[in-house]
Amino acid sequence: MYAWWWRVLPGPWWVRVLVSLLVAVGVVVLCFEVVFPAVADHLAINDGTVEGR
Amino acid sequence: MTARRVPVRATVGVVGELLVTAGVLTLLFVVWQLYWTDVTSGRAQAATVTSLQQTWDSAPAPDPVPSASAGTPAPATPVPDVDQTPPTGDAFAIVYVPRFGADYAVPVVEGTGTEELKEGIGHYAGTALPGEAGNLALAGHRVTYGKPLNLIADLQEGDAVVVATATQWFTYRVTAHEIVSPKQVSVIAPVPDQPGVEPSQAFLTFTACHPLHSARQRYVVHALLESVQDRSAGPPASLAAVS
Repeated sequence: MYAWWWRVLPGPWWVRVLVSLLVAVGVVVLCFEVVFPAVADHLAINDGTVEGR
Repeated sequence: MTARRVPVRATVGVVGELLVTAGVLTLLFVVWQLYWTDVTSGRAQAATVTSLQQTWDSAPAPDPVPSASAGTPAPATPVPDVDQTPPTGDAFAIVYVPRFGADYAVPVVEGTGTEELKEGIGHYAGTALPGEAGNLALAGHRVTYGKPLNLIADLQEGDAVVVATATQWFTYRVTAHEIVSPKQVSVIAPVPDQPGVEPSQAFLTFTACHPLHSARQRYVVHALLESVQDRSAGPPASLAAVS
């Protein structure tokens, strides 16, 4: 998977590293802003309320 | 033979990479949940406290005594009426707990849903409002999302819990704590643990998860209203020090 990614990227090695880093940062931002908040709301591992309301 | 092995090896390789990626993402989730939500919610809650204080301080003094800057009479905008239940999600009070630190101040938000508890300490809908006879029942995160009740287990009998509203300061004193099942709704009854009893006093109850990082039980702290003073009289002495 990562070998394939490396093959399809164009340019010299440092361009590939730069593009890979940018994509990684993009994935982290997407996770922090969208994916993780949505997942956490369904986990309720730290619910502090008493039920029944 | 090699023609058969290569796809197998490639498949195993890709599966391995996917598993490693999933592991990294899971670790990232833990970092986000345990650290990043504290940063973002902590910032948002501090901003809410500041804006509430500014709103309250710019509101006209409710007492007949003219304020220090008596030159310009304040406009006749009514002071927000906290006797009416605020809309869900609205911050309407600030909680100060000297035991949690001199700079501890967290907004109280109406409602105890997932979204409300990210904004501060949640007020159980239908329970008493600050100073009212009955139980001012509040829920808060003990970890994550600003963790306003992180130190709830440090509260001792007699500790002050000060609730500020637009017009008044309410000092509650901690009376007891208990660890209960999440289903034990009676802890937030108008008279704590005595459902059906008509309240004659003003109680405050905190609920938070217990043990830490778990939702198996609830850590509950009860307090009783000790004193009330007007906001214009300045912060109460109970705020000053940990007894």
